[in-house]
Amino acid sequence: MSILNSHIPEGSISEKWSNHKANIKVVSPANKMKLEIIVVGTGLAGASAAASLSELGYNVKAFCYQDSPRRAHSIAAQGGINAAKNYQNDNDSVYRLFYDTIKGGDYRSREANVHRLAEVSPNIIDQCVAQGVPFAREYGGLLSNRSFGGVLVSRTFYARGQTGQQLLLGAYSALNRQIAEGNVKMYTRHEMLDLVTIDGKARGIIARDMVTGEVKRFGAHAVIIASGGYSNVFFLSTNAMGCNCSASWVCYKKGAFFANPCFVQIHPTCIPVHGSQQSKLTLMSESLRNDGRVWTPKKMEDAEKLRKGIIGPNDIKDEDRDFYLERRYPSYGNLVPRDVASRAAKERCDAGYGVNKEGKAVYLDFKYSIERLGKHTIEKRYGNLFQMYEKITDSDPYKEPMQIYPAIHYTMGGTWVDYNLMTTIPGLYALGEANFSDHGANRLGASALMQGLADGYFVIPYTIGDYLAGEIRVPKIDTNRPEFVEAENAVVARLEKLFHIKGKTPVDHFHKKLGQIMWDKVGMARNAEGLTEAIKEIQELRVEFYKDLLVPGELKNVNPELEKAGRVADFIELGELLARDALNRNESCGGHFREESATDEGEAKRDDENFAYVAAWEYKGIDNEPVLHKEDLVFETIHLTQRSYK
Amino acid sequence: MSNFLNASIGRKVFMSLTGLFLISFLLIHLTLNLFLIFDDSGNLFNQAAHFMATNPIIKIMEPILALGFIIHIIWSGWITLENMKARPIGYASGDQLLKWWEPAKNMFILGGMIAIFLVLHILQFWVKMKITGDPLLNEPLNMPLEAGVEMHNAYALVAGLFKNSVLYDIVYIIGGIFVGLHITHGFWSAFQTIGFNNNNWMKRLKCLANLIGIVFAIGFSAIPLYFLIKF
Amino acid sequence: MADIILKKIYVKVWRQNSPKAKGRFETYEVINVSQGTSFLEMIDILNDELILAGKDPIAFDHDCREGICGMCSLYVNGHAHGPDTVVTTCQLHMRRFTEGQTITIEPWRVGAFPVIKDLMVDRTAFEKIQQAGGFVSVNTGGVPDGNVIPIFQDDAEEAMDAAACIGCGACAATCKNSSAMLFVAAKVSQFAKLPQGQVEAKKRAKAMVAKMDELGFGGCTNTGACELACPKSISIAHISRLNREYLKAKLAD
Repeated sequence: MSILNSHIPEGSISEKWSNHKANIKVVSPANKMKLEIIVVGTGLAGASAAASLSELGYNVKAFCYQDSPRRAHSIAAQGGINAAKNYQNDNDSVYRLFYDTIKGGDYRSREANVHRLAEVSPNIIDQCVAQGVPFAREYGGLLSNRSFGGVLVSRTFYARGQTGQQLLLGAYSALNRQIAEGNVKMYTRHEMLDLVTIDGKARGIIARDMVTGEVKRFGAHAVIIASGGYSNVFFLSTNAMGCNCSASWVCYKKGAFFANPCFVQIHPTCIPVHGSQQSKLTLMSESLRNDGRVWTPKKMEDAEKLRKGIIGPNDIKDEDRDFYLERRYPSYGNLVPRDVASRAAKERCDAGYGVNKEGKAVYLDFKYSIERLGKHTIEKRYGNLFQMYEKITDSDPYKEPMQIYPAIHYTMGGTWVDYNLMTTIPGLYALGEANFSDHGANRLGASALMQGLADGYFVIPYTIGDYLAGEIRVPKIDTNRPEFVEAENAVVARLEKLFHIKGKTPVDHFHKKLGQIMWDKVGMARNAEGLTEAIKEIQELRVEFYKDLLVPGELKNVNPELEKAGRVADFIELGELLARDALNRNESCGGHFREESATDEGEAKRDDENFAYVAAWEYKGIDNEPVLHKEDLVFETIHLTQRSYK
Repeated sequence: MSNFLNASIGRKVFMSLTGLFLISFLLIHLTLNLFLIFDDSGNLFNQAAHFMATNPIIKIMEPILALGFIIHIIWSGWITLENMKARPIGYASGDQLLKWWEPAKNMFILGGMIAIFLVLHILQFWVKMKITGDPLLNEPLNMPLEAGVEMHNAYALVAGLFKNSVLYDIVYIIGGIFVGLHITHGFWSAFQTIGFNNNNWMKRLKCLANLIGIVFAIGFSAIPLYFLIKF
Repeated sequence: MADIILKKIYVKVWRQNSPKAKGRFETYEVINVSQGTSFLEMIDILNDELILAGKDPIAFDHDCREGICGMCSLYVNGHAHGPDTVVTTCQLHMRRFTEGQTITIEPWRVGAFPVIKDLMVDRTAFEKIQQAGGFVSVNTGGVPDGNVIPIFQDDAEEAMDAAACIGCGACAATCKNSSAMLFVAAKVSQFAKLPQGQVEAKKRAKAMVAKMDELGFGGCTNTGACELACPKSISIAHISRLNREYLKAKLAD
């Protein structure tokens, strides 16, 4: 019997959430005023949680490392947000969204959580509309929808190619209202560097003021981590430069289990890597696959000429183009889920049909839809994305197909949480991308925004009460307690350690090395041999890091290099865990592809017999191997089948 | 209301309304002045000047006009000063976005030049006509007068200046051009400030502003130019 | 599309160690930069060299590097976000520069945005303006169905045009008066175009303008520079709408 209790409520799948809400405890308004909650991260999950909780009467302290909560990386989500509204009369339903998400996640997510997500999804749209989010409208004035990869209905709501921005600005505006009213104390340019636990319960955090360099203590009755994912462990990803795993990682080291770290999403439509000086990758929205056709040349000699720049893509005739997604997956075509599309692109490039100089790109062609719909329509739908592409690549996608290649984009894995979104540390919660629960081994497009907002607006405000009802007698947390002093000292000691190594290598060099190991051996295709090597190489890198790191500047001043050093130190440790998890999971599912586990056609082959569980890892000290705990995934409603998009 | 006067938008509304008022005054002024070049006998112009000097409505409007100028000028100084305070340290690389000559960037300078010109203009004409008098004003008129009507020969005063001084001709030509430039920005900007603008009207108003600006610049500078060339 | 390598360029940067410290310009050489490199990657390269030479790297704000978070904020050669149009600094590429050129990089020079270090400025003033009224006062839950209020498509589009603001501050940085009018207008205009924003329209316009004035931003003189510098091309027609909303609210007082 696992020590993990997911607290999944009783009842049929569609009754679980209602039953749960009826049974959990509620805190009275008078008591809410006495309770404090810390929220780390102000993306969709964090901002919506901070706003909603303070509206309920709790005292909230919110933290972000950026200069404004509005800059959290949720802002970069382009395509849209899913909701089971069935406005299009195309037979969408809560069940269908639930089913699509479970299937899209390759049956590695928790049924009850996913169903709840689908249930609350319509409320999110209503909430955002009420906040003044300018969703796209039809001529009649009603909300418009588009379709997205991996589903057969149109349920994605959008605001041009800036849906994440608009939803985040909605949550941010709600947060601002609470800040103005004094219910939320906002700490910008503050980075959480440790979690403080007292008697096993989360009671506060240690954060560094990134302007003055001062290390400060903050107490609360509960702590919420909504700090996003860990894609930047790969160095090159579509995440923002500052996105990091440190908040989650210090929680892991304080006893919160970390689940399914190997479930990483590789997005098929990113602008290919260019040269060696590149700092990050840019995503081109998945929505482009609605109107773009993906292809590579059929003939090897064409591919070679393209790579040498002798011919251009427009020189290749239609019959010489291999629309490989349409060929391999006729029913979903260009709209197969992200993991499938990414692997297919890699397969073509590995086979020698890549089209850019490095041989690591395929085409996404709008010629056909421009012929069919006219340039104006395409411009209206994707104008800003096309412009962004042209600025970066200096090539006009109206005239020449876009070059795309998969890139690390999102992490399904994260801090383990139960049905209440509470981690294995009482009083510590994880929301949004920071937790692991809803997307299984692969996330469907437009579902990240849905999950972040669902957690923040409609889940945590209910479930946190169940815990806090038992904390109403706990007075305001005294940050002079020895636990806080000890944690602060540890943080200061660590910063000083990093700062005083004074080796010869700036932190970015280590980050790039780590990224290279991860991409080569823990990337789109993984095998036991490579993973074992990766673990060893990462361990060596860690040793080198602490020997040769060079952090310039001052401890007590703005010091981006010091910030990065702390983050990369954590990434190195997380990278090792990721590889370990990938090694343990000897099956292919969703974004995790083990070469040992594939069908004859090269498709991913799941192993439900042995791996239908959540791998939750427990930290046992830096020099010891982490301990694996398994939470068995029980599928009561959906019958497990091999995923097929053919 | 006091905080409206002090608010950045409130201050600008005063600039906007006085500006539009001054433009309407200039329109009348220009129309009358053009009589200078359409009738070399000076009769048309003298009659118009006489009408303006004696009409009760114009008499009432005169101090209001003066007030309009004063508010427009004082407010512009106040606003400019406040706006300069908003950027204590400037850019070493300057502003390369708008061209140096664009009126939008130079409204205060253009306005300042116009104000200096205005003082000269008032001293040369208004003061002489209304207060000190001038021998030229008493030159005989080319037309018979009704009994009991006294009329200055304003034409003689104006034409005298323009015929005899190339320097003043040039000053007045430049003055006219500056007024025109000032208005190419001022006109649409005034509507923008009082909230009468949107994406459609933006193009129309800017077009109209350019048109009015050009008409004013050509109209006002045509007069000294006419005398410069013809006499 | 083969990108040319710039063998040598000169970068003249504002260095200032802390908010109170005296700043100065320093010029550095950067060698072998591909024109396909982004501008911020060029600074990364320079910083790497500075660190290896035992010097303090240049502090600058940046995060998403795809033109949406609004964190990057450099004034490059007399242009907010550099000499390209409709981009943020992070989307600016070295194609815009030539061999041997001197590139001057300055922080936003706005009184209400004090320098924190080098090229980083403190844009908390924008936060305060938003907190003054940049929201619709609805709590989570208890709202009507999203399709209850139909919204004319053109209105939704225009609201979206305004809502595209990323809060970078280029408008105030480029305005000769350091005016934040375009920023304020974007938010006020977004809500003015939507039925949801009507209830608090008067309060919002007055509160946000008052806060903007209080924080020391200059007034708008309609130069239109903000619109040209704006990486999201937000039109100054929104400023006219803000003026209208504000005057309407004031007239009702």
